[in-house]
Amino acid sequence: MSMNRREFLKGAAVGGATAVAAAGASSEAQAITLMREPKERPEGALGLLYDSTLCVGCKACVARCKEVNHMPVEIYPDQSEWNSGTWDTAKDLSGKTLNVIKAYMNGTIAEKDRETDGFAFIKRQCLHCVDPSCVSACPVSAMIKDPETGIVSHDPDRCIGCRYCVYACPFGVPKYDFEGAFGQIHKCQLCNHRLPEGKMPGCVDACPTGATLFGRVEDLNKEARQRLSLKAGDAYTYPRGDISGAIERPRSPHEKVISAEYQQEVYGYDGPLGGTQALYLSAVSFNKLGLPHGTDNFGRKIPDHAYARETEGVQHFLYTGMIAPAAVLTALVLMAYRNSEKHTSEAEED
Amino acid sequence: MSTTHEHTPLGGRLVTPPFIFLVVICVLAAIVLTQRFVFGLGEATNLNDGYPWGIWIAIDLIIGTALGCGGFVMAMLVYILNKGEYHPMARAGLMTSLFGYTLGALAVMIDLGRWWQGYNIMFPWLWNANSVLLETALCIFAYIIVLMVEFLPAVFERFGMKEARRRIHRVLFVFTGLGVLLPMMHQSSMGTVVVILGYQLSPLWQSHLLTLHFLLTALTMGYAIVAFESITSSLAFRRPYEMSLLGKLSGIMAWVMLVFFIVRYLDVIRVGGFPLAFAGDFKAVSFWIELLLGVGAILCLMPKGLRESPRYVFLGASFMLLNGFLYRLNCYLIGYDPGTGYQYFPSMGEILVTLGIFALHIILYLAFVKNLPVLHATGPARATA
Ligand code: SF4
Ligand code: SF4
Ligand code: SF4
Repeated sequence: MSMNRREFLKGAAVGGATAVAAAGASSEAQAITLMREPKERPEGALGLLYDSTLCVGCKACVARCKEVNHMPVEIYPDQSEWNSGTWDTAKDLSGKTLNVIKAYMNGTIAEKDRETDGFAFIKRQCLHCVDPSCVSACPVSAMIKDPETGIVSHDPDRCIGCRYCVYACPFGVPKYDFEGAFGQIHKCQLCNHRLPEGKMPGCVDACPTGATLFGRVEDLNKEARQRLSLKAGDAYTYPRGDISGAIERPRSPHEKVISAEYQQEVYGYDGPLGGTQALYLSAVSFNKLGLPHGTDNFGRKIPDHAYARETEGVQHFLYTGMIAPAAVLTALVLMAYRNSEKHTSEAEED
Repeated sequence: MSTTHEHTPLGGRLVTPPFIFLVVICVLAAIVLTQRFVFGLGEATNLNDGYPWGIWIAIDLIIGTALGCGGFVMAMLVYILNKGEYHPMARAGLMTSLFGYTLGALAVMIDLGRWWQGYNIMFPWLWNANSVLLETALCIFAYIIVLMVEFLPAVFERFGMKEARRRIHRVLFVFTGLGVLLPMMHQSSMGTVVVILGYQLSPLWQSHLLTLHFLLTALTMGYAIVAFESITSSLAFRRPYEMSLLGKLSGIMAWVMLVFFIVRYLDVIRVGGFPLAFAGDFKAVSFWIELLLGVGAILCLMPKGLRESPRYVFLGASFMLLNGFLYRLNCYLIGYDPGTGYQYFPSMGEILVTLGIFALHIILYLAFVKNLPVLHATGPARATA
């Protein structure tokens, strides 16, 4: 080594600082150069449209989801006295609950769909992301996105229970069942066991108001866009069930007068986080309902792109074709060979 | 003095009072593990739907393997940068790497929620090439095998297998190369693992440069653990300090630490996280402690005069270890906010298992240095501890 250690390390210090400065020139631009190509929603993508203004909070969908997916009811430890299992009290998604209705409440909670002194409901289940973090994260391909329907399903026979998907999902969806010795990951799979039987997802089937609709994402998006322009006092005819009316029997629509105007966005269609196949409409802002939107708890912008593009970008940059590691290894081995030669000859002298 | 005779076993009694204390901790950990495997993770840990990873991952694996970086950083110095003078310290580093990585892998197996099909990770047809976690897992396995091969000469020497030792020496350079590359890949990727957390990780830690930061902390912690172990074993076994080497090593440590420090905090400013350091919350406090530990390490190791003093080198190495420790804990747990009101603090059982793994590390260290030629010969050794 001709360069002495001090110079080498000083060089490294300067180099490191330069790297940060270069990266900092535009952190957004830097992210983009290393980001993997975005993913497109499949043409035949299936999904849900949940309209918070229609939801009456009856939780029929929660009960039906449990029924059709054979999930147990949720009894929290402090309820064991009075709850023998007839009362499902799910507050959040868990190893027992694939679908939950939560409420936003503010001040006097006087009026529905109002941000101040009001309340609103939100249905939470897997959003079947266009570019899912869970699929990118899973080491053993136990999270799978169907190339045609875009449904993200889980294969417990592959899963090793590392829970990286739980950690990585930006919507807090997959949950590991911590109870018992043989836990499993649980998440909504858009009732993909019912679709081949010609049945719609349980939650959609159960919904009395059409707050949760099922169908092709393109159709759901069209429907959702029409609602955005409605003004308070307008009457609108809301469909129920499967939006195409093809699955099971067609459901009768119902008319409702708009009382609160919609947020001017179909949440999930164009993002954030790369877009989803479960779409949301709401009168109160989406982040009030607990969906990542706008800025996060720390004041950063929630990006439009999927985080998987960032990690895979770094990963592909370093490891595509294993070219860079192979080159580094060759250099290391050559240097190790040259520098250990004298040790070898010494060893042989013994 | 030829290479083969540089190292000698310390000899001495293995079962001493401190040793028994360590064994007791391991037994307690084993009891918790029985509970974990019979009744499940929920019974033994405080893991929950918001915090799927706890200290078994954040400390035992993410930090534990960093403490296992002594081998690779010393190999880099001796065989790659050709600093032959550090050769006497290389083997002890190698051995701690072997333990650090093996115990890290053990922690993963304990933590796996579906351990009975953990072998799925070995099936190439299930591999998800996009998964950063897969890469880290495969690197760990490959590196443990490489470490075992790298450590074989010590075993051959112990049992006088001269022919075997000579043969392995001829191919060892390949494993030396792998033994530097694999931990670099693994350590840096453990940084990439948390990038996917996105907005769930505070901007005090979230960055596209996490990959680089984790590589740098592998270096800081790797050098620090070598110095730390050298001094503690000198104290424990009443051997003379390896001050001539330690002094020089401290110089390297100081500069590596400075590089990490500059890169890390410029990066916090770059991502706009710095204002959060004044938020007055637990995350901010943890950020400042991490930063001060870094400053402490640099102050103890940078001035040339202090490097000759075992006390300051020890202090500096300890600060450096704690800085890396806290940095990684911050990235994986403290800076993480699932945003739904979930909380996590490790259970007694989790803490016991973590302590048990560290205790096992020390037990193995004692057993090995006393019976195998790991530490370099320094005249008559008087093993007592
Ligand atoms: S919401 Fe979470 S679990 Fe569902 S597809 Fe997206 S990343 Fe996966
Ligand atoms: S817990 Fe299972 S599904 Fe989730 S990432 Fe790990 S192996 Fe994949
Ligand atoms: S689609 Fe099926 S699994 Fe998903 S929330 Fe609805 S009922 Fe539950």
